[in-house]
Amino acid sequence: MEEGKNSIEFIRREELEKIQVNRLKKTIERANNSPFYKNIFKKEGIHPEDIRCTDDIRKLPFTTREDLRENFPFGFIALPLNKIVRVHTSTGTTGKPKAIFFSKRDVDEAAGLIARCMRMTGAGPGDVFQNMMSYGLFTGGLVFHYGAEKAGVLVIPAGAGNTEKQIELMRDFKTTIVHITPSYALYLADILEEKGIDPEEELNLRIVYLGAEPYSQKTREKIEKIYGVNAFNCYGLSEMNGPGVGFECPLKDGLHIWEDNFILEVVDPLTGEPLPDGKEGELVLTTINREAMPIIRYRTGDITFIYPQVCGCGRTHRKISPIKGRTDDMFIIKGVNVFPSEVERVLMDTPEVARNYQIVIERERSLDIMRIRVEIKKRFFDGSLEHLKELQEKIKSKVKSELMVTPRVELLEPGTLPRTTGKSKRVIDKRRL
Amino acid sequence: MTMEGKIQQISVFARNEPGRIKRITEVLSCEKINIRAITIASGDDYGVIKLLVSDPRRAYRVLKREGFSVALNKVIAVQMEDKPGGLYRLLEILAENGINVEDAYGFVIKSGETAVLVINVKDIEKGIKILSQQPVKLLVEKDLYEL
Repeated sequence: MEEGKNSIEFIRREELEKIQVNRLKKTIERANNSPFYKNIFKKEGIHPEDIRCTDDIRKLPFTTREDLRENFPFGFIALPLNKIVRVHTSTGTTGKPKAIFFSKRDVDEAAGLIARCMRMTGAGPGDVFQNMMSYGLFTGGLVFHYGAEKAGVLVIPAGAGNTEKQIELMRDFKTTIVHITPSYALYLADILEEKGIDPEEELNLRIVYLGAEPYSQKTREKIEKIYGVNAFNCYGLSEMNGPGVGFECPLKDGLHIWEDNFILEVVDPLTGEPLPDGKEGELVLTTINREAMPIIRYRTGDITFIYPQVCGCGRTHRKISPIKGRTDDMFIIKGVNVFPSEVERVLMDTPEVARNYQIVIERERSLDIMRIRVEIKKRFFDGSLEHLKELQEKIKSKVKSELMVTPRVELLEPGTLPRTTGKSKRVIDKRRL
Repeated sequence: MTMEGKIQQISVFARNEPGRIKRITEVLSCEKINIRAITIASGDDYGVIKLLVSDPRRAYRVLKREGFSVALNKVIAVQMEDKPGGLYRLLEILAENGINVEDAYGFVIKSGETAVLVINVKDIEKGIKILSQQPVKLLVEKDLYEL
């Protein structure tokens, strides 16, 4: 792969757009092999030749989270199953998750993008990279891992949690780079302080990739100061391969989206109308370099804007601002996407509780805690504290198994929570980003 | 076996905060219902308040009307002498007969003379049968008025 100023990162816009048009056409051809898109394209009369410039993407319909779910598991695959080598599923769904399939080439291309991101931040052979994201179905572990190997660094597949072990690994192998959630980075700093380990003096860290959760500039600065590192914001979503969709360059002002792999748009979340660069709206992404599972005009639900000016680093791929929020009421806790509607589904399946509930998100010692406050039904109460405790445990384990987040459950007397007309405020986020 | 020995206990599910218990006692006081014993079993953020009152059925109705989550349960109340070893012997008898006490609390009526032990067992009939063969007095509801 070509590196430096002649690489694809610095390609002229006209050239980049040519690649986009060609790849978008190819994507439509490929997508036509998937049951979902075949049906839609036929209904709407969409053909690859309709695409003459990148703006023609607006002729194509949006794809939503619900589409992915309703067509779970195989409705979106555009290759025969024997050409598919990996599946990841997204976190935070009840019953039907979102499944994302990769061909061998897709795995390789996704890794290539991560490697590109890492090189952009100055990482390379000689670095020791400790991946503290969860391995398994979550893309943050494996997808990043493959990319890091491609970038030529030494990879420690540490996975999430187990703080003692993380510290030991960092010291034994002289880790220089970590991939970590911002909340865990802060928690880890607390533990290091307790142990009397000065992260700046006694660890060898120089780069931190902060991903999987939104956070503020202040949090980043705090982490940079504690560890004495350069911290880079990375944005990703499993529907678009996972991590490495957007990544900061050394200027650390906005995240470049690799436009040779994705077409990015920002639209008005209500009307779906495309917005000009600089205007805040919902990020919409199209994969144009994926074969197993092309996704067209995916409504990410993330609020951002596209930087109207070219980046000072010289890379021609446009940048988005750090994610400002969500179009829906989704929140992210410990790197897991949680939709209140999913919590609601669990509660509604529990006959002992009433309809009124509230989700409070708090931060204790830098770790996020989800507290579910729910009213019990009057007739459930039989005078037994044991039965109440059993109910609490039941809700806790149900939420844990379906959403992959362990909540605290608080049982309330009927009538405790405020009744509101219309859309009530279900989620109270007390975290200070 | 008659109703002897069985008395009604009121349980209220409430948030663990001082104002709630105050409200319960307030409601009962307005209705001139006398509280004989009160005990609070606590979860984390909530508690179950158990009450022995002079008129449990009426207490149940008024608390319900006030919006509380209330339950009425049958428990055994045993009157015994207020002296060391009294409680021990009683529990020993229950244990020997394979009766597990799910919940119990006691209160003293007259120091050095009379105490009452309230126990909650799964098989209440069996519990009463065993205890009635012992030299203790099983209270009936009427006794609670007269305490």
